[in-house]
Amino acid sequence: MEASQKQVGQPLSRLEGQLKVTGTAKYSGDYQVPGLLYGYVINSTITKGKITRLDTGRAKAVPGIVEVFTYENRPSLAWFDLQYADMDAPPGSPFRPLQDEEILYNGQPIGLVVAESFELARYGATLVEVECEEEAFETDLRKEASKARSPKIGMATMLKPLPPRPKGKFEKAYQESPAQVSAEYYHGTEHHNPLELFATTTIYEGDGKLTIYDKTQGTINSQLYVSNIFGLKYKDVRVISPYVGGAFGSALRPQYQLFLSVMAALELKQSVLVTLDRQQMFTFGHRPPTIQQTRFSADMDGKVTAMNHLAIGETSRFEDYTEVVVNWSHMLYPAANTLMQYKLVELDVYSPLDMRSPGGSTGMHAIESTMDELAYKTKIDPLQLRLINYSEDDVSLNRPYSSKELRQCYLQGAERFGWDKRSPEPRSMRRGNKLVGYGMATGIWEANQLPAKADAILTTDGKLRVNSAVTDIGTGTLTVMTQIAADELGMKIEDVEFLYGDSKKPFAPIQGGSFTVSTVGSAVKVAGAALKKKLFSIAKKMKDSVFSKADLKEVVFEDSRIFLRSDRSKSVSFLEIIEANGGKPIKVSKFSVPSLLKQKKYSRATHSAAFVEVEVDEQLGIVNVTRAITAVAAGKIINPKTARSQILGGMIWGISKALREETIQDFNLGKYMNQNLAEYHIPVHADIHELDVIFVEENDEIVNALGVKGVGEIGLVAMPPAIANAIYHATGKRINQLPIHFDSLL
Amino acid sequence: MGSIFSFEDGFLFLRSIQLLGIIVIVSIDVYQCYITMLTEIVEKPGLIRSGQVSLKVNGNPVQLNLLPWVSLLDAIRDHAGLTGTKKGCDHGQCGACTVICDGKRIVSCLTLAVMKDGSEITTIEGVAPEGDLHPLQKAFIEHDAFQCGYCTPGQICSAIGMMKEGKAKSREEVKELMSGNLCRCGANTNIIDAIMEVQNQDAHE
Repeated sequence: MEASQKQVGQPLSRLEGQLKVTGTAKYSGDYQVPGLLYGYVINSTITKGKITRLDTGRAKAVPGIVEVFTYENRPSLAWFDLQYADMDAPPGSPFRPLQDEEILYNGQPIGLVVAESFELARYGATLVEVECEEEAFETDLRKEASKARSPKIGMATMLKPLPPRPKGKFEKAYQESPAQVSAEYYHGTEHHNPLELFATTTIYEGDGKLTIYDKTQGTINSQLYVSNIFGLKYKDVRVISPYVGGAFGSALRPQYQLFLSVMAALELKQSVLVTLDRQQMFTFGHRPPTIQQTRFSADMDGKVTAMNHLAIGETSRFEDYTEVVVNWSHMLYPAANTLMQYKLVELDVYSPLDMRSPGGSTGMHAIESTMDELAYKTKIDPLQLRLINYSEDDVSLNRPYSSKELRQCYLQGAERFGWDKRSPEPRSMRRGNKLVGYGMATGIWEANQLPAKADAILTTDGKLRVNSAVTDIGTGTLTVMTQIAADELGMKIEDVEFLYGDSKKPFAPIQGGSFTVSTVGSAVKVAGAALKKKLFSIAKKMKDSVFSKADLKEVVFEDSRIFLRSDRSKSVSFLEIIEANGGKPIKVSKFSVPSLLKQKKYSRATHSAAFVEVEVDEQLGIVNVTRAITAVAAGKIINPKTARSQILGGMIWGISKALREETIQDFNLGKYMNQNLAEYHIPVHADIHELDVIFVEENDEIVNALGVKGVGEIGLVAMPPAIANAIYHATGKRINQLPIHFDSLL
Repeated sequence: MGSIFSFEDGFLFLRSIQLLGIIVIVSIDVYQCYITMLTEIVEKPGLIRSGQVSLKVNGNPVQLNLLPWVSLLDAIRDHAGLTGTKKGCDHGQCGACTVICDGKRIVSCLTLAVMKDGSEITTIEGVAPEGDLHPLQKAFIEHDAFQCGYCTPGQICSAIGMMKEGKAKSREEVKELMSGNLCRCGANTNIIDAIMEVQNQDAHE
């Protein structure tokens, strides 16, 4: 008999909900301390060159302006690249703010004005005179595509594998196949644009000690970064970040406001808040523009015979940022002949940075659009074509999946959507003056697990406290971890407290890649299990213990008590155990490490199928996603409510990627031109219509002890191609450049 | 004759260019004057001093000593210490800073605090009596109408203002009239679900 009140699987509302709806949840720019100084960043207006003259005199003369920092007066800092490298740093030399007179990209931070008020700091920034000598630069990926080269290999390659080796004879097989399709795909730069502006409040505690409220996806990542660069002891740097106003990858790496805030606080021995403005939110990481070419072939029964996928991504001059773009098609479709290539072009831009479903959302757009074309070529229904090429195993690595319920995603999604009502020909469905199109696509994302640690403490009032340094970027981490911990110990939600978002707590890696629940959740589970063991051993040693002859397998933890399984009238409460422990809390710490030996025999991935209906106004070209369903197989769903929200969010990101968002570059200036939320378009409420999510049941005993796979990215990957395919079905026009604008449909 | 431009058109065109030129020159002049003035004001303390602004925030009278270019948003956050109202763009483009001012929803970042001297402001901290939740706050929690929570104060204040306006009846109208409030996490459908639930409750009462 198991605990009666299982929390895992319950659609619990977010535990921090009340704090968020009342405005009491504090984000990194919300900490007001006496004497707080405000920093405002000055950015380069040229793209490449050298600063030849800097005059901060006028700014410094203004009463209330405390200091202006530039490369000329910054303190001496760490020397080696390694000291600037964070947990997510790609191979190369990380960018160093205020390093020297060199300008590497447009918008580079070149100064910080610190003043007694925000208004004065901002005003001071306009008074700093900067003269530069400009050098020639290049920011146009398509113009420089011929310079593409192989990426450098580094630590990041472990989590971001290079393309698989070629198989069979692609060229021959492709040429000999009766059905061939080839196309080129492109999407421009995208910026994460979380609604919260990047902000860091550094509280100067004296004696070289700092408390830092930082917008980050990894408190320990920021802590290590600050300690290494500024030569502080790890224990003297505490980074706190319980509420993060969205991040989507942008806070995986420490950004320059953290560096500047800490530098100013240490130099001035005062607390300093540095907040970026919306324009400055476009002056660090972004999704790289990517060119893709695909050539797929099939026989007339629809069996895919050969696949070639080439991607050329942008990177900076100083780091080799890579994404997994071309590895996915062969994980899905068992073609005998494959050729996958991935290359980079160096440009005078800041290093790109993981942005929700990095690589996957790029690659799947090309792969699933090409599959759609193949469906028309072979005159086979697009869904049927996927089923014909369905593979139970990961043929790219010749190993089985730990679990794969993609077939159920296809079937359940298609049924709820009404895919059978689709008439095969393009331009064959109408509603009033609108063309109607149905499109579908497959999604896949990896299910990784990293090491993490957690503390579990039974407090003196008989409650459970679990600690981890992990953040909650809005994904529901707090709620989900609390559910996992409650079930492990057989307790009620209200008796469990999960404390997080603090570098002083046990190690958690950066939060991203859909691996947080599997990583931190596993740590919570093993810590809970260790605590149970400890509680039981104390209970066993109690005077006249009912468990004197029992072992751990013979008891159940339920309602904050331990019961003898064979005789439920015999039990001990957690409070009695605390009493037996001399009234002291009982604490365990446990490291969870993925069982690599077990895992490496399997590929581990989440899957999805997206079905989309679009309406296209034939006269105006305006596209509306009127209806979309995503069916997801992501292992065990801990909380159906928050998980559904993750998928909905991913789907809306997919709509945005397909139809709205793009950072537009002026290659003559080397500058982004739409650095604001009026011109960087994301969907508004009026753009979003009927969305639905199906979680397909999937049991997985290999992926991790919880059987979870993560849901942060999988909602996005299938949507852009599903939308592009629906637009083709509606209009007969195949648009391979995202976002798809109305003018391309006229 | 089929000429596209007549003489008169050409004349008008030249006059427009001339006029445009004048406007541009005047604008540049005005801008330079403004910068010079601002420089003088700030660099010579005493020329313009900060002044008293009286607001009633969430029912409490607040006296703030503010420079004239402090936005209502920064006054609320940095000076009145109510950080529930959020800054997402400072340009009136995202709606995160929405507050209710004299009964109407406004983006507080596009409003100077001095313009609202004597006004009654309701921020997210004051939409419900202390210890209680507004029906919209409850509905937002129930419908999971937020993820990161950063746009939430603005969404809720905006929805309260929208309902007062009484213009939106259908779901489509609510979507349209809430479109000034961006949500990047993609909680859009849940936000509208939450608002519709409260709107329908109100309609039945």
